[in-house]
Amino acid sequence: MRIWSLGRLISPAVAAFILALGLLVVPAGAQEGPSASNPTAEAVNEQQLLDELNKVQGRVTIPDRKAATLQQPQGREYQDFHEGVLPWIGTIAIVGMLLVLALFYFVRGRIRTQADESGARILRFNALERLAHWITATAFIVLAVTGLNFVFGKRLLMPLIGPEAFSTWSVWAKYAHDFGSWAFMAGVLLILVLWVWDNLPDRYDANWLKSAGGLFDRSNKTHPPAGRFNAGQKFIFWAVVLGGIALSVSGIFMLFPFYFTDVNGMQMAQYIHATVGVLMIAVIIAHIYIGTVGMEGAYDAMGSGTVDLNWAKEHHSAWVEEQQRKASGRVPPPHTAPEPAE
Amino acid sequence: MARMKFLCDADRCIECNACVTACKNEHDVPWGINRRRVVTINDGKPGERSVSMACMHCTDAPCAAVCPVDCFYTTADAVVLHSKDLCIGCGYCFYACPFGAPQYPRVGNFGSRGKMDKCTFCAAGPEPDSTEIEYAKYGANRLAEGKLPLCAEMCSTKSLLAGDGEIIAAIYKERVTQRGYGSGAWGWQTAYRETVNV
Repeated sequence: MRIWSLGRLISPAVAAFILALGLLVVPAGAQEGPSASNPTAEAVNEQQLLDELNKVQGRVTIPDRKAATLQQPQGREYQDFHEGVLPWIGTIAIVGMLLVLALFYFVRGRIRTQADESGARILRFNALERLAHWITATAFIVLAVTGLNFVFGKRLLMPLIGPEAFSTWSVWAKYAHDFGSWAFMAGVLLILVLWVWDNLPDRYDANWLKSAGGLFDRSNKTHPPAGRFNAGQKFIFWAVVLGGIALSVSGIFMLFPFYFTDVNGMQMAQYIHATVGVLMIAVIIAHIYIGTVGMEGAYDAMGSGTVDLNWAKEHHSAWVEEQQRKASGRVPPPHTAPEPAE
Repeated sequence: MARMKFLCDADRCIECNACVTACKNEHDVPWGINRRRVVTINDGKPGERSVSMACMHCTDAPCAAVCPVDCFYTTADAVVLHSKDLCIGCGYCFYACPFGAPQYPRVGNFGSRGKMDKCTFCAAGPEPDSTEIEYAKYGANRLAEGKLPLCAEMCSTKSLLAGDGEIIAAIYKERVTQRGYGSGAWGWQTAYRETVNV
């Protein structure tokens, strides 16, 4: 009992002694100089992480996984592309194409059909083909205008209508772009299925390309033979299909942000989408030109679906021969269909 | 005029997340939006380090540059702010931001993110200072009251510094000289194209 109470007296004294000793020791060690110890010397450093991994990532205590990327300097590259490279690619491609077409129109003029109208018409595109074309075409024009708005709207339209009206228009443009995209994707798929067979390379293509399809012959007399689609039309077809697929895939990445990729993947999707988009707009401007003002009789093919026989013979001679062969060789012809055997 | 900046002294950050909480509370930030966050690199391993990050209010801000409706503006204090009335929720600013600062109320399929929200350096937005409408859209405007951002004010270890860039850089330099080490001003090179030379 007595020993226990003595212990109660002694132990605080011992504790105080040890504490005092400790207080004397610690400052003595700390006075060795400021660089004596760096508790975080082993820790990662920013420059080293950026050099090795190009970005800084860690862990966060919130569910948003995107927040775990502390720093991605690639955002600056995205800024340079979006505000420097892209507007220039777009301007050069689109304005350049318009200038080339204007020059072509003034030098070459409208491509005329040589022969007079025959009066006979031949079906070039059936209703389903025209539907597929016009779904894709309407969707593409909506997507092109609303897409260009993301790049050039603030530069061209906003100064004219003011920031509030421009913002309201841009919200609608964004939704038109996001939802109109599905019509475009469906149209491209349909076009691919309907026309891929007729757009495979054939024996007429080399010759057609050699004389540039008669595009530069002002006498309008050069008409290299072509099948259902000539090499130029095949180029448009593959540009639309391959460009359309690139736009669709990169667009789906953006419609469902961060489902399939991280922030750098999202930037890549935009690089592809925007570049392919503006180039395709330039190609389609040329397509619209040659299908309307640029060539006499061309619009009928996609308008009414039928073209004059003489137009068809000049522009798609091999296709006309094939169609006529099919029609004459049809056994038995529909109007003389034999009665079923009894 | 001051050039406002944030500086996180990563050697002092203890990942207590008080800055995050202070920010959320001060601005009544909606659920799911984090204007400030603490990222821990090499978590649980030797060499672990935590850094508190929000909008850095960059020089030549990438978000402002890429915005298709030009909804961003820079104040006289070099704070990067935006108008939620003009924002169309396209998400470009998030792709451009080197620090992941822009936040959206929703995930954003089919462009349905909603209006962007981000750290305002406690300077709110374009509405008249310290009004209810300003608070509802952007949170408190402490700068208008002569106060600095609450995240830094609340920081228990004074790791996070907010204020005039030259002053906080001087404080940081003095610290590094005193203690003999420092991991640098995280993000400064990317944000301001300059760093604190100690």
